Amino acid sequence: MSDNRREFIKKSVALGGIAASELLGSQRANAEWFSEPAPDTNMLEETLKRLIKDKTITETGKIDINLPKVAEIGSLVPITVTSSLKNVVSIAILVDEKPAHLIAKFELSPALDAFVSARLKIPTTSDILVIVETNEKYYSAREKVNVVIGGCGN
Amino acid sequence: MSLLAAAGINMSSIKIRTNRVAGKTQIRILIAHPMENGLNRNTKTNELIPAHFIQLLTVKYNEEVIVTCNMDARISKDPYFAFMLKGGNAGDKISINWTDNLGNKDAQDHIIGM
Repeated sequence: MSDNRREFIKKSVALGGIAASELLGSQRANAEWFSEPAPDTNMLEETLKRLIKDKTITETGKIDINLPKVAEIGSLVPITVTSSLKNVVSIAILVDEKPAHLIAKFELSPALDAFVSARLKIPTTSDILVIVETNEKYYSAREKVNVVIGGCGN
Repeated sequence: MSLLAAAGINMSSIKIRTNRVAGKTQIRILIAHPMENGLNRNTKTNELIPAHFIQLLTVKYNEEVIVTCNMDARISKDPYFAFMLKGGNAGDKISINWTDNLGNKDAQDHIIGM
């Protein structure tokens, strides 16, 4: 049973890793991303470390996460992220559950507002974590969404 | 121009809509794509449905890249995205490109209207 869980975690980290590994660029960075963490690691911390490489993240009220309080259908959860922070470079959306998972990262040029809408699959009630990168530092905010019918399938 | 395009039929997987709102331009994108995560099973055969999901999406504004999005299969089937362009004028071009994990791609252009 534990072998299946390890496989599932490895697959989930890899699925998240495929997205972010495009950004990391180097072979070594790719190897780091895909290497399996120790079984007792806090998965969200691990995902965050790999995403932002040891920079500090500041929680802020200047990120607005618009999510339904209750998601009837977990496979279609609409989210809109806006921020009053200046010089936003990227917006990353993660789900903080077991295992924690980077869903998408949007790199936005200065021609755009700090605004992104998307639709997510969320299997079970969990926190959505948003990390906004500006030209100076990283900021975060989180919002809980209750899921009625879980949605990783269709 | 293909016969279908000449007939006004667009076979692209990508729909793009723009609307001018208070000096800004909202860009909305809808893409037809299964976004399979590779963990679902065919309910009849019980076989695993292979992972098939968009990994990379780019948005260009008059040839300049304004959005690069890396995503995984946790984005819902038939991905929808919206962005807000500061400014934007009639005649400007929005271009969308996507690539999925199997190497499939598609692209679509849209001209901002009045």
